[in-house]
Amino acid sequence: MIEVQNVTKRYGRLTAIEAVTFTVEKGEVLAFLGPNGAGKTTTMRILTCFMPATEGTARVAGYDCLEQPMEVKRRIGYLPETPPLYQELTVTEYLTFAGRLRGLNGHRLANGMARVIERLSLGEVRHRLIANLSRGYRQRVGLAQALLHDPPVLILDEPTVGLDPKQIIEIRELIKSLAGSHSVILSTHILPEATAVCQRVVIINNGRIVAVDTPDRLSARLRRSEKISITVKSPPADGLDQLRTISGVLNVFAAGEPGTYLIECELGRDLREDIARFVVGHNWGLLELKTVSMTLEDVFLRLTQREEGVEQAREASREKESQAIDTERQG
Amino acid sequence: MTPVRAIIAKELRSYFVSPVVYVVGCVFLLIFGVLSYLAVVNAGNQAIRFMQIQGATAQINLNELVFRPTFYSTAIVLLLTLPILTMRLFAEERKLRTFELLMTAPIGINEIVVGKFLSVFVIFLGILGLTGLVPLTLSVFSDFDWNPVLTGYLGLALMGALFLATGVFASALTENQIVAAFLSFGLLILIWLLGALGSILGDTPVGNFISYLSFIEHYDHLVRGLVDTKDLVYYLSGIVLMLFLAHRVVESARWK
Repeated sequence: MIEVQNVTKRYGRLTAIEAVTFTVEKGEVLAFLGPNGAGKTTTMRILTCFMPATEGTARVAGYDCLEQPMEVKRRIGYLPETPPLYQELTVTEYLTFAGRLRGLNGHRLANGMARVIERLSLGEVRHRLIANLSRGYRQRVGLAQALLHDPPVLILDEPTVGLDPKQIIEIRELIKSLAGSHSVILSTHILPEATAVCQRVVIINNGRIVAVDTPDRLSARLRRSEKISITVKSPPADGLDQLRTISGVLNVFAAGEPGTYLIECELGRDLREDIARFVVGHNWGLLELKTVSMTLEDVFLRLTQREEGVEQAREASREKESQAIDTERQG
Repeated sequence: MTPVRAIIAKELRSYFVSPVVYVVGCVFLLIFGVLSYLAVVNAGNQAIRFMQIQGATAQINLNELVFRPTFYSTAIVLLLTLPILTMRLFAEERKLRTFELLMTAPIGINEIVVGKFLSVFVIFLGILGLTGLVPLTLSVFSDFDWNPVLTGYLGLALMGALFLATGVFASALTENQIVAAFLSFGLLILIWLLGALGSILGDTPVGNFISYLSFIEHYDHLVRGLVDTKDLVYYLSGIVLMLFLAHRVVESARWK
């Protein structure tokens, strides 16, 4: 449905995105994940024909964004970063205008409006001026505008910004319900959002794609070591050192509460049995044992901050922290 | 409803909920009223003087004494008021980021430009139409030739349209409304001054050409009651040129 190939965008000497390549299948929901200024909005603006790419091709539903922008625009619903709302119009007036711009008239316009007003629960505010709406409602009106003409492709730039948790869940459910019939690209810098809603994640940083994969595989691929967390009832003073003696254990950290340890194991070895046997054998009173998979948040930080040496800094500080706790405990 | 009509409808709605149209309209009508009142009083005084000298009932020519000076002054008033109406058209959309909606909708830039121009032209015609009360009132009390009045209004409408098109172009250049208004003042005054420059150069091909570029000479013909195709072509091509420039500016802004 969407094909982006080697797209580069330069603003003068500044390169916003470089050689970005990815595809979105029909019915797929893809998350565009990256810190602010990574090039998410630029990519979306190129796909929506708001601006042309400097190099490379972007195609939507088989139409080239540069050569047949009208065909592309007809098939896209776009929610920009700042919802494009006219403050002086009421919600109904605004949606009427947005619909007419897309060539909707009469019944089709009325049906479309009824559908989005119901779907985004805008019924209560339909006759109010947009200027008087709260941030959450405005965001929903912006989303309503993108869904109004029921386009096969939806491009949503940070759709849940400014919403309260209940609304965020509603919008995510809505996006999930669009999967299958619509192809959706949504950008976000909130990680749980990407995992909650999307089948695939594209991680972008400094204008380059760093990874494309499913949320699960992404975190599996990046797991450098298996981590196991255990909680024991009566830990000995030198518990950390003792655990380190188990073969296959790379490192042990004290995690927060006393008696809870985070054990880093060699990749590909499942040490749960060995650890359980060791702890039970030494009568520490095993309360809990579980594997900890890396959250996408860790993945994200690792991927997007590799160049700047932040990862090393993070690792170092984590080590220092655990050592501090360590010495504190022993002292 | 076509996209152009949708844009016109939306712009008219936006104009009428903002105070700008009311303020600009009221001030313009007030000034027009004062100008024509002064012209009528002046005409009255001249008539009395004429009678004292000649001792006979004088036939005063309202066209020459009232309408012509009023039309000339109105040109200046329009130059100062119309940019206020056009300044928001593109600049505001840029500033408030609503432009993305228009630019990602399946409509051409020419439709956006034409829609915006026509919407403000409709407003201008409405305000101009209200000034028609002055000649209507005068026609109750006296006789005058309607033809030059009507051609004068045609001149006002065409020149106003040219001012508006220039304003649309200026608004497309910037996202700051004040800058947009000031740019159109500047452009219009410069085009006006071309007339003076042309007359300095005298009756040479270059001088005539430069004079031709200024809108004031063409307006003068229409106010005097002369409808010449050359003048109509001047205004229409000027309007088209300005709208074309606006189109180019909007288009090129995408590439930056």
